Amino acid sequence: MTAVPALLTVTGATRRFGGVHALRDVDLDVAPGETHAVIGPNGAGKSTLFKLIGGQLVATAGTIGYDGQRIDRLAPHRRARRGIAIAFQDSPVFGGMTVTENVMVGAHAVTRAGPVAAVLGLPRHRREEAEIRELAARALDRAGLTAWADRPADALPLGQQRALQVARALCGGPRLLLLDEPASGLRGPERSALAGLIEQLRGEGLSILLVEHDVAFVARLADRVTVLDLGRVIARGTFAEIRTDPAVITAYLGGPP
Amino acid sequence: MAELLQYLVTGVGIGCAYALTGSGLVVIYRVTRVVNFAQGSFAVLAALTVTTLLGAGLPHGLAEILAVLVAGLIGLLCGLVATGKPGTTPQTALIVTLGLGVLAYAVEILFWGDQPRSFAGLAGSTGGVQTHYLLIIGVTAVVLAATALLFARTDLGRALTATAADPYAARIVGIDVLRMGLLAFAVGGALGGLAGVLITPVQQVSFDSDVALVVNGFSAAILGNLTRPALTLAGGLLLGVVQALVGGYLSTSYQSEVALIFMLAVLVARAGRRGVLEAA
Repeated sequence: MTAVPALLTVTGATRRFGGVHALRDVDLDVAPGETHAVIGPNGAGKSTLFKLIGGQLVATAGTIGYDGQRIDRLAPHRRARRGIAIAFQDSPVFGGMTVTENVMVGAHAVTRAGPVAAVLGLPRHRREEAEIRELAARALDRAGLTAWADRPADALPLGQQRALQVARALCGGPRLLLLDEPASGLRGPERSALAGLIEQLRGEGLSILLVEHDVAFVARLADRVTVLDLGRVIARGTFAEIRTDPAVITAYLGGPP
Repeated sequence: MAELLQYLVTGVGIGCAYALTGSGLVVIYRVTRVVNFAQGSFAVLAALTVTTLLGAGLPHGLAEILAVLVAGLIGLLCGLVATGKPGTTPQTALIVTLGLGVLAYAVEILFWGDQPRSFAGLAGSTGGVQTHYLLIIGVTAVVLAATALLFARTDLGRALTATAADPYAARIVGIDVLRMGLLAFAVGGALGGLAGVLITPVQQVSFDSDVALVVNGFSAAILGNLTRPALTLAGGLLLGVVQALVGGYLSTSYQSEVALIFMLAVLVARAGRRGVLEAA
């Protein structure tokens, strides 16, 4: 890229499961303010890569840098505290809590007042509680969910649940948003509403790494695309560049046209 | 009539101890999925600690509060031993808590002997009932209300609730799930300790008093599927009152059977519909 250092840098990421390489020597970076998409057919290693970045899996080899520091040995919640927020596939909404409460949980990653302050009801805790409410209201507003604020989260339609996951991720004030197949299972109108929300976040300058199956979704949102197949990077570039790449056409579209 | 009122008040008082013990089980189970068989030991250790602190000249009030804090700390240690190693399954942790409960017996006998002990509670009587029962009821009400507020109105409570709802998703949104489990054990320890501290002035405590508390507390918690605090409270009070009535009008020797029959009845009724522990 340019002189601006990347926010996220994945170098030589490799992950073996037994003798099988799920991911082999993958390089990838996300520049500040960029929306970067990772695509590939089933079994390409997309979710493995995603889990390495989020911390649910540890890499067999390779490094992951974020904001100039290595994070590949940090526990998931420590990565969240540094401003990496994850939404979708593995992070459903919390049942038994309202929409607002769900979003407020997202602020946990940035809260500082500890258990003692909470138990004693110290002013520090009250102040923080008010701030969290404020943050949650703003996140709900950004995600267009203000009207649903007091509903039980698990009673929302699927499209709204996805928006809620985005709002929850936003509540911690992240710098990098990891989106794991946001469009999966959504129907046309819900899908385009969610794309609109992500587009809006991108417009606000948030850095986004998007793993997605839906090619139209990626075409609309991504500044750059990295294509994986069988655990390796087979192409990278703008969507216009990779869509004409012969390797991509062979791998992703299942043979020459 | 006066007799009935007495039985009701003492029953509710004892029921409060069951409810506190059961609530401790529920807090720990919800967040960690571990059924904590050491729950009764928290009560016994706290009660015995009070006798020592009072013997050392500490005033009432301070001794009781310190003992509850000690129980919270013991709960934390118990959680650390049972769940501290990442990847420990709830089933393994359950067995560890069982072992810790047995270890607690040894520690209790070593430090305090095997004779029952007690200490004075609130003196005097009100309307034919020991005033201490009213203290038990009042303190339990305040503490359970405060615990409910902690869960509903604080960041920590939301993180605990989120962990209870979905530990995997909780980790992804930035919650330290292990720490939440340890906190749940500390809260469970303090609630259990409080039960022991409150009840000892009206019921002597010895190293094996944990059995009665944990059987009744567990029965109360089972009523709420081990996950519903309000039903646990209701179950605890119900058990206490029924036992007081049975003891008062029939015979005191049937009291603990009441809890067991109650627990069995609930389990059998539930088993017809769905798995009990999995249903949450």
